[in-house]
Amino acid sequence: MTTRELTYVKAFNEGMFQVMAEDPDVFLIGEDVAGYGGVFHMFDGLLDAYGPKRVKDTPIAEQAIIGLGVGAAARGLRPVCDLMFMDFIGVAMDQIFNQAAKMKYMFGGAVSVPLTITTAGGAGMSAAAQHSQSLEAWLAHVPGLKVAMPASAHDAKGLIVGAIRDDNPTIVVLNKRMLGMKGPVPEELYSIPFGVANVLREGDDATIVAIGRMVVEAQKAADALAADGIHVEVIDPRTVQPLDTPTIVESVRKTNRALIVHEAVEFGGIGAEISAQITEHAFDYLDAPVARLAAPFAPVPYAPILENAYVPDAARIEASVRRLLERR
Amino acid sequence: MATPTDVVAEVAPATRDLVLDLHRRMVRIRRFEESSGKLVETGQMPGFLHLYVGQEAVAAGVMSTLTDDDQITSTHRGHGHAIAKGAEFRPMFAELYGKTTGYCKGRGGSMHIVDTGRGMLGANAIVGGGIPIALGAGFASQYRGDGSVAVSFFGDGATNIGAFHESANMAAVWDLPVVFVCENNGYAEFTSQEQHMRLTDIADRAAAYGMPGIICDGMDALAVRAAALEAVERARRGEGPTLIEAKTYRFFDHQGIKGMRIPYRDPAEVEAWKTRDAIRLIEAIGVERGLASPDDFAAIWAEVEDEIVDGIAYAQNSPDPDPADILDDVYTVSTEAQK
Repeated sequence: MTTRELTYVKAFNEGMFQVMAEDPDVFLIGEDVAGYGGVFHMFDGLLDAYGPKRVKDTPIAEQAIIGLGVGAAARGLRPVCDLMFMDFIGVAMDQIFNQAAKMKYMFGGAVSVPLTITTAGGAGMSAAAQHSQSLEAWLAHVPGLKVAMPASAHDAKGLIVGAIRDDNPTIVVLNKRMLGMKGPVPEELYSIPFGVANVLREGDDATIVAIGRMVVEAQKAADALAADGIHVEVIDPRTVQPLDTPTIVESVRKTNRALIVHEAVEFGGIGAEISAQITEHAFDYLDAPVARLAAPFAPVPYAPILENAYVPDAARIEASVRRLLERR
Repeated sequence: MATPTDVVAEVAPATRDLVLDLHRRMVRIRRFEESSGKLVETGQMPGFLHLYVGQEAVAAGVMSTLTDDDQITSTHRGHGHAIAKGAEFRPMFAELYGKTTGYCKGRGGSMHIVDTGRGMLGANAIVGGGIPIALGAGFASQYRGDGSVAVSFFGDGATNIGAFHESANMAAVWDLPVVFVCENNGYAEFTSQEQHMRLTDIADRAAAYGMPGIICDGMDALAVRAAALEAVERARRGEGPTLIEAKTYRFFDHQGIKGMRIPYRDPAEVEAWKTRDAIRLIEAIGVERGLASPDDFAAIWAEVEDEIVDGIAYAQNSPDPDPADILDDVYTVSTEAQK
């Protein structure tokens, strides 16, 4: 297995290239995905490699983009429909949660919808309230959908391949601030199955469950804490639907303390579900209440000073762990 | 509302086989709907029913131009589309009864009848929700070059939602083999067309997307068929989508036979439209042109009645779903992802 350093976005792009080479039923549509390669260059080169039949620029029409994907998937193709910014899912939501998610079940199993939706979420670029959100909890709440939040270059490639090969509607949420982050990526085609968490770092003092880019911040916090003799376990669930609850619960039974970190607002976020699962399955092991660190209950603000206050970071994760350890 | 006008003339003289075929499709719809309505209103069956009675000529006329390889998407008022596409009464009644032998194993009910083997991609309870899905079905036809087409049925009300606009535009710009069939029954639920749009002819909307718009008499199955043939053949030739407006009328209420008793339609208007009953029209045409006799039509009514009795008995005697299986089919169990 040859591995080299690639950026997160290049790794994603390589996954697209390889899975399109593997399967002629895979096609890509979206706003500016063909000629421009996507506004984040996620799809650079695909038009030249696979031609205008398989890589198509659409009108600005999110409902039609996703609906086209639903119908084509119901007929056995494997569409990749890009929604550019995660905030735009609201425009297409009927096709996502009423159509794609439910067709399998409400039609008694007669139809599968192997649709992949790609999008970019997350704050930290002064893109303000309509280009910065993390809405994964909305999607994870809908039976029938699967939601991936890749937190490394390796996972960006493996999860897009896993999503496209999956026979269900999947949403792969890239993080805008991770696009240029480098990491080791195998050259060959591989996929990461949904629902299998990644334990990035082992430790005995506390468990941090981090989502998306917060995985990177959690690792920085873990380094700082380790210098102080505090050893935390860092878990990246990789997918929030399905959620690898057993891995999280097993870790908390060992460390007895848990902190959950995400960029989405705290109230009703995926952290609430993870916290409930830990409480239900590891209550007798807990030495402190499960803690959450997430965005305040407000839209994402524009001014850098406000946005920095809004999104959790390594320093605040470190402080939260220290508070968690103070509880007896 | 305006009196419907027959804009598209018949393209070819009707044959005996065609007249009997259209008649059978329409009688099957009519009797299924009347029977279902009674079963729900007498408390024997659960759920909401949006009955298709009055509009039969639209489903029958369009479906007579399609094969099982052609795909359709349907609406909350979808029984007629499924039946005209060839759906069987046994699994349809079983679905309405919520039984395991239903088209959706009792998971979908009246508003979600599906029959993939016949190209029925599912009824849809979100107004306009099926329109973008038909776009995708047509895209798959174009992608594979298999010559099939996709037809989306929807009402006058659905042409006001964004999904219609987005889908019509994209189908046109990509020359997708899609036929948009608007069944204009004059009412979006309880709100009349005059109250929900400025247009008289919804077919006028086609011009905004650079596609042809065709108006046909939605009470005349032969006129609908003529319009559908033109649109379907155009789609098969790779020349892109067409918007058909079939001017029709719903004899029963928005929901159920008697409905909610909201006085939103003038009884005289309802009675006037009933004089243009599509089934009586095809029977009159058949006899007038010497293509079929009253006995031929009576035989079809009798055959359908037997099918109704059989279908209801089958549904009533079918097993209920097991609550232990409630999580089945939320997801497709995927082996591919494990590669």
